[in-house]
Amino acid sequence: MSALNLIDGSETSLRRFLQTLPGVDQIGAQERAAMLGTRSIKTTSKKWAIDMAISMIDLTTLEGADTAGKVRSLCSKALRPDPQDASIPHVGAVCVYNDMVGIARKHLDSIGGQSIPVAAVATAFPSGRASRKVKLQDTKDAISLGATEIDMVIDRGAFLSGQLGEVFDEIRAIKEICSDKAHLKVILETGELVTLDNVRKASYLAMLAGADFIKTSTGKVTPAATAPVVLVMLEAVRDFFELSQIRIGVKPAGGIRTTKDAIKQLVLVKEIAGAEWLNPELFRIGASALLNDLLMQRMKLSTGRYSSANYVTVD
Amino acid sequence: MSLDIKKTYKLFIAGAFPRSESGRSYEIRDKKGNFIANPAQASRKDLRDAVLAAKNAHSSWASATAYNRGQILYRIAEIMEGRSEQFVAEIMAMESVSSKQAQLQVRQAIDTWVWYAGWSDKISTIAGSTNPVAGSFFNFTVAEPLGVVGIVAEEKSSLLGVVLGLAPVLAAGNCAVLIASQKRPLSAITLAECLATSDVPAGVVNILTGLSDELTPHLASHMEIDGLDLSGVDGKSAAALRISSVDNLKRVHSFSAEKSPERILSFMEYKTLWHPIGV
Repeated sequence: MSALNLIDGSETSLRRFLQTLPGVDQIGAQERAAMLGTRSIKTTSKKWAIDMAISMIDLTTLEGADTAGKVRSLCSKALRPDPQDASIPHVGAVCVYNDMVGIARKHLDSIGGQSIPVAAVATAFPSGRASRKVKLQDTKDAISLGATEIDMVIDRGAFLSGQLGEVFDEIRAIKEICSDKAHLKVILETGELVTLDNVRKASYLAMLAGADFIKTSTGKVTPAATAPVVLVMLEAVRDFFELSQIRIGVKPAGGIRTTKDAIKQLVLVKEIAGAEWLNPELFRIGASALLNDLLMQRMKLSTGRYSSANYVTVD
Repeated sequence: MSLDIKKTYKLFIAGAFPRSESGRSYEIRDKKGNFIANPAQASRKDLRDAVLAAKNAHSSWASATAYNRGQILYRIAEIMEGRSEQFVAEIMAMESVSSKQAQLQVRQAIDTWVWYAGWSDKISTIAGSTNPVAGSFFNFTVAEPLGVVGIVAEEKSSLLGVVLGLAPVLAAGNCAVLIASQKRPLSAITLAECLATSDVPAGVVNILTGLSDELTPHLASHMEIDGLDLSGVDGKSAAALRISSVDNLKRVHSFSAEKSPERILSFMEYKTLWHPIGV
């Protein structure tokens, strides 16, 4: 706790703290992530992992072409991923653009999905290039429409040019609006941060500023949620817990499309952060196509034969 | 002095030549028991990958013009021609036949591609129809490809059997996952090397070598596969495979080893369209 007490929000204090962070051994991180990715998870463990992964999905649609109809069908799928199988858990949340929040919330409530939160991307997602005023209003709008989770993007330009105080203040300001009404997920957009050292620094910056979750990517930039990046972020939340006794969640998003990818993520969570993080309160996966693959793998486990995309819904 | 460089016979999945993900291989020998090669022994996961590759390749292959598909089939014949010596040598090793017989088989295999290349842009004309209806509508029936077809090729003539299985399936616009003969797989892999260099898009043909009993049940039950050619499976095993193929109503066929336009139509389905006249 002592190290954290020295941070008063000023640029100098942040810089001083972030300088104390050890550098990331890049090759080491890649190797460890690759090694953990070779774990073989089969039969009952696999079934458990699939159900866990489904319950962790932030089922997402973030397209310019999104319509109210598409958002509603996404919500129905979030509640009942496979209409023929009621034993499948519902997903962690539905993630949509700001203006779709009201539609999603209303539809979820009308079909019995009150327990499924609606997450909204805010702060001029995905680029984050807008004035502070617009970003704050964006967030307020989403919350007033019923969003209980806010996925904000950090100002990568400011971060990369060393204006850490700027980034910190912005997260703080958004956190203030969220207060106890919404969970705040901070998107680092690791694909634009260049190095793993920057990922570690940005993770701490977000956690210090009050993030409830740190999230890898918008999904609009590649590379997105690569295994080494998730590993570094999981180490960050684990170490931050040591310092502050606060558990921050992690959300990889972008590029996780197959059951195998998802299970690799779960192995990372268990081995790096610990078993406490293996629940939807502390780990989410931002995805859209992944859910269908999980459903197909689940069918394979129960029927013994490989399924086909013809037996799951398109959206 | 020169080194004798042995060829590694690998699988053909999505346009690439991977070893089996399981790392396994098995040994094949000729009639006298002499060692021939160690081809890859595909696992059900390789099969799954192959089916996925075929599925992903299907829409662009099916929507290519029939003329273009015919040109590509003809191109396969051209490329095989240049490799005929290798085919002859492999057939002689595996089947213990004379060079003359092996040459004849290669000749027939190449002719088969040319024959089906010609059919490619004619089959829909012959199978399709304009139907008389009582109303101001045009009514057409057109034959369309099924999707992904699983093939267990007839193995008496190791190369010809494979070509007789593949060519009609491709001419129809389907993608194929072929399980090569367990005892005589080499021609199929060498054929894959021809396919890879003859403008056949990656994933349209996928070829697996390995133990038939291990692979065919998954081929039969896979829900992504729409048709099955079981020409290379004996009656008893075929009955079991037919049973596990019913869940998604696969078209299951078994053919005698000869060319026929029926083989193309076996893996096509008919779509009927109504179009108002004068609009």
